Amino acid sequence: MDWGPLYLSLEAALMATVLAGLAGIAIGALLANPRTPGRHFFDAIVAAPMVMPPTVLGYYVLVAVGRKSALGGLYRDVVGSDLTFTFHGVVLAAAIGALPMVAKAARTAFEGVDRKLLAAARTLGAGRVRAFFTIAVPLAAPGLVGGLMLGFARGLGDFGVTLMVAGDIPGETQSAPLAIYDHVQAGREHSALLMSLVLTLSAVAILFAVNVLTARHTRSDER
Amino acid sequence: MTLVVAAEVARRDFVFKVDLTFDPGITCVLGPSGAGKSTLLGVVSGLVAPTRGRVALGDEVWVDTATRRTLPIEARHCAYLFQHLALFPHLDGLGNVSYPLPRAMPRAERRERAHALLTKLGVGHLARRRPGSYSGGEAQRVALARALAMTPRVILLDEPFSALDRERKRPLIALVRELVTELAVPTIAVTHSLGETRALASRVVRMAQGKVLEDGATEVILADAGHDDDLAPR
Repeated sequence: MDWGPLYLSLEAALMATVLAGLAGIAIGALLANPRTPGRHFFDAIVAAPMVMPPTVLGYYVLVAVGRKSALGGLYRDVVGSDLTFTFHGVVLAAAIGALPMVAKAARTAFEGVDRKLLAAARTLGAGRVRAFFTIAVPLAAPGLVGGLMLGFARGLGDFGVTLMVAGDIPGETQSAPLAIYDHVQAGREHSALLMSLVLTLSAVAILFAVNVLTARHTRSDER
Repeated sequence: MTLVVAAEVARRDFVFKVDLTFDPGITCVLGPSGAGKSTLLGVVSGLVAPTRGRVALGDEVWVDTATRRTLPIEARHCAYLFQHLALFPHLDGLGNVSYPLPRAMPRAERRERAHALLTKLGVGHLARRRPGSYSGGEAQRVALARALAMTPRVILLDEPFSALDRERKRPLIALVRELVTELAVPTIAVTHSLGETRALASRVVRMAQGKVLEDGATEVILADAGHDDDLAPR
């Protein structure tokens, strides 16, 4: 059995989590600030990929960063390869799936931080940036980590957007979910079952870890 | 140095409008809920932006809406003891008290100074413990140590002793008086308690609906106010 697609998925999901983490935590912090104008509208935009058909989302991405698009051309000029139908496309697809999970979790986590603590930090001589990194981020950390883990799990399991943006090229862009689809189509039931079990166990393990983390955080809040 | 607050803030229920000066020493601000006491502290600290007016400490202008000047909150060096203390739950006693110390100072020196302050306030044993495990009085002392760690230019106390019982209140009031005398900075203490006011301040400002009703010596303003017994020996 070829475990290559699983490694490719893991690698892409890890890189996507880093990208979605950086963008999602920043977006979550902005959305959690009551002074951010139009934040409920932007929240809806950020969360939309969670409820949109993956093919529609994939189509938008393909149009936005495809070979003939301005962004796609710029990417090729800078990086030297195309974004679509390459491993980079798999990472982008996974990141798009992970972003709303991370941003939503980050917003909730930052909203849970007592704003009086941030005000206290400011009166104690901290600027906005220092107050954010020394007070808001550590206090929101369990929620942020939970969001990153969910984002990783989401990235690991992406099918539709990956297929649209990166295709299903064995050894290059074929992720584990796509490989399972191919195994089923080709009648390789054993391989499909094994890879499905690995993905299922990963998802359950991640959700269990998120639950434990949340429960610990809740207990420490109650103390 | 004298603190000047001549400011107006449009609140939901009333218009806050004061013209006050505070010399070094403790001034107690009395009034019912919604009188504008916390707004006053907010305007001085920078947490509330006045709609119109001016706040200055000596020659340094902190806010002047006419010239659109606003000194950032972090540059004012206002020690603000919040009613709910706002101790950082993820930091231990040393972490909390060393937070306002300059980051240019070596870490070991910061922690040493923080420890000295905690010890001075009688809570040196809390250096390595987090706020979740403190009693009400201990938390109050750590918060006071943290507020004073920055060498404040103004001290703001919002219901500083409200969470304490009579036995714990008396020594802490004496300690605050001693520290303010030592620092010689304008200090505004918001309280509901006449007993605390008598024990703390030589000047009282009474407020209601965002306006100053009375401003004068404690014994004059409180002459007819009766006595609450929250500090009286039993």
